[in-house]
This record gives sequence, structure tokens and C-alpha cells, in this order.
Amino acid sequence: MGERLDDAPLVAEPASAGGRAKGPSRPSRAINRYFHGRRKLGVATLLGLPLSWMLVVYIGSLALLVVSALYRLHPRTQKPTHDLTTDNLLAAFKFWDSDVWDGVVFPFLRTAGVALLVTAICAAIALPVAFFVAKIAWKWSRRGLIVAMLLPLWAGYLVKGYAWRAMVSPAGGRFAAAGKGGGGFLESTIHWTPGFGRVAIVLAEVYLWLPYMIMPIYAGLDRLPPSLLDAAGDLGARPFRTFRSVILPMLKPSVAAGAIFTFSLTLGDYIVPKIVNNGTERFMFGSSIDAVLGAPNQPLAAAFTLWPLVIIILFLLSMKRAGAFESL
Amino acid sequence: MKISLPSKLALAAFTGLTLLFLYLPLAVVARLSFNPTKSVGWGGWSGFTLDWWRQVWEVDGPKDALLASCKVAVTAMVVALVLGTLAAMAMARFQFFGKNAVSFILVLPIALPGIVTGIAMQNTFSRTIDLGLFSFRVGFGFHAVVMAHATFCVVIAFNNVVARLRRSSPNLLEASADLGAQGTQTFRYVTFPLMRSALVAGGILAFALSFDEIVVTTFTAGAGFETLPKWMLAQLSNRQNPLLPYVMATLVMVVSIPLAWLAQRLSEGGTDH
Amino acid sequence: MRATRAAVALLATFSIVTAACSDDDKDTTATTGAPDTTTADTGGTDTTTAGETDYLWTPNADLLAAAEGEVNIIVWAGYAEEAWVTPFEELTSCTVNVTNGETSDQMVQLMQGGEYDGVSASGDATQRLIAGDEVEEIDTAEYSSYADIFEGLKLQAWNSVGGKPMGIPHGRGANLLVFNTEAFPEAPDSWGVMFDGGAASDGAVSVYDSPIYIADAALYLMATQPELGITDPYALDQAQFDAAVALLEQQKALTSQYWALYTDQQAGLEDGTVLAGTTWQVIVNLALENGAKIDAVKPKEGATGWSDTWMLSSKAANPNCMKLWMDWIASPWANAQVAVYFGEAPSNAKACELDGMAEHCTTFHAAEDEYWSDVWYWTTATEECLDGRTGVSCVPYTEWVNAWTTLRS
Repeated sequence: MGERLDDAPLVAEPASAGGRAKGPSRPSRAINRYFHGRRKLGVATLLGLPLSWMLVVYIGSLALLVVSALYRLHPRTQKPTHDLTTDNLLAAFKFWDSDVWDGVVFPFLRTAGVALLVTAICAAIALPVAFFVAKIAWKWSRRGLIVAMLLPLWAGYLVKGYAWRAMVSPAGGRFAAAGKGGGGFLESTIHWTPGFGRVAIVLAEVYLWLPYMIMPIYAGLDRLPPSLLDAAGDLGARPFRTFRSVILPMLKPSVAAGAIFTFSLTLGDYIVPKIVNNGTERFMFGSSIDAVLGAPNQPLAAAFTLWPLVIIILFLLSMKRAGAFESL
Repeated sequence: MKISLPSKLALAAFTGLTLLFLYLPLAVVARLSFNPTKSVGWGGWSGFTLDWWRQVWEVDGPKDALLASCKVAVTAMVVALVLGTLAAMAMARFQFFGKNAVSFILVLPIALPGIVTGIAMQNTFSRTIDLGLFSFRVGFGFHAVVMAHATFCVVIAFNNVVARLRRSSPNLLEASADLGAQGTQTFRYVTFPLMRSALVAGGILAFALSFDEIVVTTFTAGAGFETLPKWMLAQLSNRQNPLLPYVMATLVMVVSIPLAWLAQRLSEGGTDH
Repeated sequence: MRATRAAVALLATFSIVTAACSDDDKDTTATTGAPDTTTADTGGTDTTTAGETDYLWTPNADLLAAAEGEVNIIVWAGYAEEAWVTPFEELTSCTVNVTNGETSDQMVQLMQGGEYDGVSASGDATQRLIAGDEVEEIDTAEYSSYADIFEGLKLQAWNSVGGKPMGIPHGRGANLLVFNTEAFPEAPDSWGVMFDGGAASDGAVSVYDSPIYIADAALYLMATQPELGITDPYALDQAQFDAAVALLEQQKALTSQYWALYTDQQAGLEDGTVLAGTTWQVIVNLALENGAKIDAVKPKEGATGWSDTWMLSSKAANPNCMKLWMDWIASPWANAQVAVYFGEAPSNAKACELDGMAEHCTTFHAAEDEYWSDVWYWTTATEECLDGRTGVSCVPYTEWVNAWTTLRS
């Protein structure tokens, strides 16, 4: 395997192999001839399997989920019946009812706010870091650096949650058992910790999803032709100006692609927030869905999931306009 | 682009701090896997034991779970690669009505929260689906987890392959045709070699995503089928051996260094400089 | 495979014994693999050491012949520990896959999925499981242990239908008030420390995170606000229910933790961030083992509690292994192990006759009906008032769930 195993042989190979494989055997030639000029058939053949998989397994499941939100829960057995009702949808969406507002809408908006905040912080960290790695760091160190940025993705989601618990846990109370009141890593080394709660949740979420923001931004920067930056410099733009007026607009699709990950992953996360929140409050909307599902009240949980479903679809549409899908 | 030395140093320092932020918690995990006391709380750097590492080898649970996770991740990866590559070839080669909708549907599973996907799949897989001629129930376990994981991994394979196809010049295909190659020849000698490294890079990423997934997994695994994350979730509240998950996490981290390196090298392979 | 399992079993037994001797350099005097307690000197059955233990149980030959090799059970934390799971696996070749349930609700949800073979269900889960046909009537002839179960636990409202048993009684206990002995030099005797404020534990109260906890508030109101007319904490009309929820709203200010995972409360008790709370004896035992300065009481208002039943899923994929497990866990030796470990009263009368168990049974009032008179076992609230009132409708459990969701958001 050469360094660029995919570039070199592209043209050479068919030529060198030409003698051996003068042409495919008869049936496949027939197939080729048949497909030639039949664009629709080509699309259908290639897309048939993946698209029907996605439609049947995924879109089908989502449709059934929406339907299940219309089922009435049997009060005695707590199983969905086949009686249809709008009660669940009202319990999830009647935002003018103060109970629904306090119990559903506000927690969801709060969660979306956290997701936006995490996305903004991730972008603010990832832009300069990816810029440094792609454009400033010594060439030989680049791959090592970028791998170092991405490696934490492999460390295991749950364990990272518990690692943050071990980082931020506050000093114990006055009446702690011997050896149990020392607090976590931060408390015992720098004598400061955000403790469990909202700050810890944001910290842990940024930590978990930051590599997903660095990855597309680095790839985007890597694709920028150096000549473009030099041109901007030659035209007298100062580096910051070049960054703002030339680099940033071109990175928009990459940031949008990263945002799809950071926003969605934060919006849906509830296990790590629970781990670093010490159960004091049900902060993320996912916890509410999980709690309702475990009530057990599957129809109401299904109605609750429509909130993230709708918001994510809207969010994806807006990110698509920013060109995110080409830079994922 | 000329950047002043102080700016460069500032950016270097910021990058260094980010690396510190990324690696400090991992150092804590690695440290806890050698913790001399049976506690998941931070107890300082002093003291050292290999007990937990030894125990991981001596009990069946983590090994079985690791094996199950690998099986799931490999199978889901293969399914996702096949589906994603087919979709990528269609999307890169043809213009057709509804193309935007297709790319949207491919992205949706990875963007929707795991709990939404999880509840949806649990609901579907638990039903008996009657198709008139025959009825079936998907049920839960290995196959269900693979189906769910493959669904949200398709987009990873798709993206890697489609990006590579887009970046490569269409002239190559034309040249191949001009030289008299048929469609299948073009695929074998031009398209496939072009995609090969993208497939490996996408495959590694899909593997990683499936390997670490917990939410959708808990909704589709059913009883008695345990992946590594599921095992970890159960073990983290285990009083007897609370530190075994930390050993497994450290182990997976170390093993994955070359994989992450390879994935990065291969996905860089196709960029035009 | 066989050899590996035996090796694991041996190792497990060994590690329990050594763990008991060396845990955290603290002196644990327990010899059973179960922790020592302050409220109870467990004594215990000196029979867990590897080798010549007489497990006092013979598997039913028919079931054993048809054993599936595996069983998936949902249990309360502490009901299926290595010390008595491993011998079962050896005796029956049924591998036990254990899933801990955090709340009764979650257990019902998991059982509805039909993936599990059985469950250790409390009274508030059993009725929903029976109503939903998730569980099967049992044939007592298949269970050699059934005859020795305390009569007072058999054929109760929560574990039978029309005089037919729907499961095997497991054991019962009360939800206790745990407190830090240094914060409270004088032991509190009322749930008031968790509700009223003005106690040393303000801001450090630990509450069980389940809708069923509304009954704990109702129980306190039953004693402190007789004008509300509450006679059963699970039979609340709208006004009584609203009063209980209001009390819980007010309690929020005192609370540092809502726990569902028992280890969370245990950690809080150890590091002193929890100074009072509602607890299970097993958590107290585990925290004491790690040096927590705590004790637990049943307050004067009485307590909510549980009476658990092992139930067989009607969709069980492994019914024979499940039946064997149910018979095993109710047999004298295994039942004694669980009772000591968890800190609850055993259900098998012969468990109390084992060496050293008499004291445990006295401490946990296994046979004393009077002790249980002010313990309100978890049960499912229904629209029809459980206290027999007519002409008024009570708040059903689904509404409890909604109220709890709002309270916790």
C-alpha cells in the first residue's frame, strides 16, 4: 500500500489490466448496454435497497411512534389500548396550560438552550484549534494532533460521564465518613469545582461532543487552497480580517455540519447529565421522556418525543441551507 | 497568510489547553482503573493496584460483552457500508427528483436523539406485523441492535464515499469510457479503487459509533443480550467491582489509537492538495 | 465452559469472603458476605464458605430436566447477589441474567416488554402486572418452598386472584428514615425532619424519586393534619392528593437529592451531602460498611413499605429456569441470605430456624404481625378508593405519575 493508495492507480490500472480483461463477459455487457441511457433505472437500482431500508425500518418506525401517541393508556394495566385520544398530544403541546408549560414546554426550551450553548462553545473552541492544526502547526505534527483531538471519541460515552463525576464532585459535608469527603479531582487539586449541576452538565456535554465539531472544521480548513489565503494577504488583509472575511464564510458548511452533531447529541442526551447532576433535578428533556416511558406511559412518552422530532427536523432544514449536508 | 508570532503562540497555547481539557478526564479514568481502594471517587495519585485489570480477565462478563459489541459493530458496519455506498453512487452520479429528500432521510437517524430512535424502534420491533400472507415480529436481541445501529451508521458510510466521489474528477469516468471500458469495468478499476480508502475510513467511524452506543441499544437489546456499554451501565452501580468499567474503557482507548490513526490517514488520502 | 463457570464460581465465593475481610481496611465483622448493621446484629448463617455448604434445597427433577440453561430476571437491587446466584447456577445449570429495577414502575414497563422471565415485584407492581396479564398463576406443587412461607404473607390482595396464588412471597420491609448520627445526636422519631424544615438536615434531604413517594407525604399528613381525613395513604381524594403534592413542593427547598439508583443515595450518605432521607435497610448496611455515620428508624407516624412477590412472566421464554429460581430464592438458605443482605424480614419460616437467624428475624419482625400494622405496603392507587369510601372518587396512579413529572421538571 502506497502513501496515496487511491490516487496513483486510477488511470494506470485499467490500462495495464486491459489486456487481461478485454471486456466483461457477455451477460454483463448486456446489462451495461441495458443500463446505458436508462438513468431512472440506474437510480432505482442503486437507491432501491438503501432507500427502502430507511423508509421501512426508520421512517416506518417514526410513523408508528406518532400513531402510538394517539393511543389511550389503560388506567389499570398501564398498557396502550387501541382507543384513540388526543389527550397525550394535549399533555405535550398545550403550552397555554401552565402545568404543561412548566412540565414539558419550558424544560424542552431549556434543553434546546443548553444544546445551543454547547454548540456555540464547541464552535468557539474548535475554530481556533482546527485552524492552528490545519494551517500553523508543523506539517509532520498535523496528523498526530488531529488524531489526538479525535481519540477521546473512542473512550466510551458512559465512562466519560463518570470521569466528569470524578472531576467535579464537590467536597463532602461536615459529617462525611472518613476518607469520603475529599471531593473530586478539581476540588482536591485546585480547590475549586463547579460541583454537580448545570455548569457540570454544560462542561460534560462540550467535552463529549467537541471532537464532532473539530472534525468537519478541520476537514473544511484542510480543503481551503493556501493560495486563497495568500491572495487575501497580498490584497492587504490582516490575518484577522482574512479569517473573518475569507475563511469563516467558507467554513460555514463545516460549522453547520459540526452543529448538527453537537446540537442534536446534546438535545437528546440525558444519561451523562444525570450522572453529573447527582439526581438533584431532572434537567434535560430526555430525562422527562425516559421518566414518562418508565411510568409506564408509552403513548405520552411518544407524544413527548414529538418535541425533539419537530425541532430537529426544522434544525436540519436550516443547516441544510447552510450547506451542512455536503460537509458532514 | 502571514500570522504574527504572538498570535501563533496564543493559538498554540489555546490548542494545548484544549488538549488538556480533552485528556484530563481520560487520565482520571486511567488512574481510577489502578485505584487501590474500591471507590470510583477521586482518591489522589498515590497507591496502585493491578487487581481490577486482573479481575477483568478472570470474569466472563466484560469479555462476553466486548465480543458481543464487536460482533454488533462489525455487522452493523458491513450493512451500513453496503447501503451507504449504493446510496452514495446514486447520489454522486445522477440528478433526480427528490434527491434532497433522500439525503435528508439519510441524515435524520443520526440527528434525532437516541431516545426518539430508541422508543420508535422498540415500539416497532415489539409489534406483530401482519402482512396478510404472513405475520412476523422483529423482536429484540442481536439482530434488532444491528438493524438499529446500521440505520444510523448508513449516513457515515454515505458521507465518506460521496465526498470522495464528488472530489474525484468525473473526467476519470469519462476517460475510462473513452478507453472502451464498460460500466462494470469502470466500477472495478476506477470507482472501487477510488472509494476503497473512503470505505475503510467510513467503516472505522461507523464501527466506533456502533461500538459506543448505549441509548438505542438499551431499547433494542431486550433481556439477556449485553453489549459493552450495556454491561458498563450495569456495572457502574455494582458495589463488588465498581472499577472494572474503568479498566475496559482504558483498554478500549489504548487499542483504538492505531484505529483512529488509520481512519484519519485514509480519510485524508483523497483530498486534493 | 463448565470448567470456566466453576472457576468463576469459586473465585466469586473467594472474593466475597476476602472482600468481607479486607474491605477498605475497615473492620467488617460480617461473616456471611452480608454487611454488618447497627440496627441489627445480623449474625448470619455461617454457611457461605466454599465447599461443604448445605444449601437445603433440591431442585424439582421435572423442571430441572427441562431447564433452558438461562433465565432473565428483574430484581430489586440486592435480591440477586453472587453469593446465592452462583450456587443456584451450579445446582441447575441455569445462568442468571440480572437486571436491577429502580422503581416498581420501571419493573412494570420491563415486564410489559415480555422479554423477561420473571420479577421480584412489590405490591404496587403486582396488581398492574396481574391486571395486564403479564404474569401467570403458579402451581404450588412445583415449588417445594411454598409450604414453609409465613401464612400471613400468602394469598394476600397483592399476590393472589380469587384465592389463587400469583407468585411466591419474597419478604417484606419498611421504608425507613435514615439520618446522620452526628448531625442528629438525638435520633429523630418523626418524618417531620424531611418535611417541616428547621432540622439539622435542611438542604441535605434525600427523597426517593418515584410517584409512589406521594404516599409518604400522605402518610405524614395522615398523622399531622387529621382534618384532611386521610385513612390510607394510597386512597386520596383530590383535596387530600393536592395537599400531599403541596407538601412535596414545599419539601423541594429542603432536598439535596432525589434518588432512584441506590448507589446515589449511598454515596450521599457516605460523603455527608445527605443528612436525612427515606431509605432501604440495604443502603444503610452498605453505607455503614464504608464508614458512614448513620442510623435508621421507623418513625412514629409509621412508614410505607413493601411486600415483594416473585412472579412468573406469562410470556417467559425460560419458564422452567424461572420456576427453579423462584423455588430456590424462597428456600430457607437462599431466603436467609437475601434477607440478611438486604436487611428485611424473610418469608420462609424455616429461614428463621437456621443458625444465627433467630436474632435477625426478631430484629426485622418476621413473624410479628403487630409491627406491620402501621406499615403501608406499596399498592396501586385506583379511582375506586382503596379505603372503601364510596361517593367520592380517588386519584388514580396515572395521575400520581403526572403530578410527579410536573413536580420533578
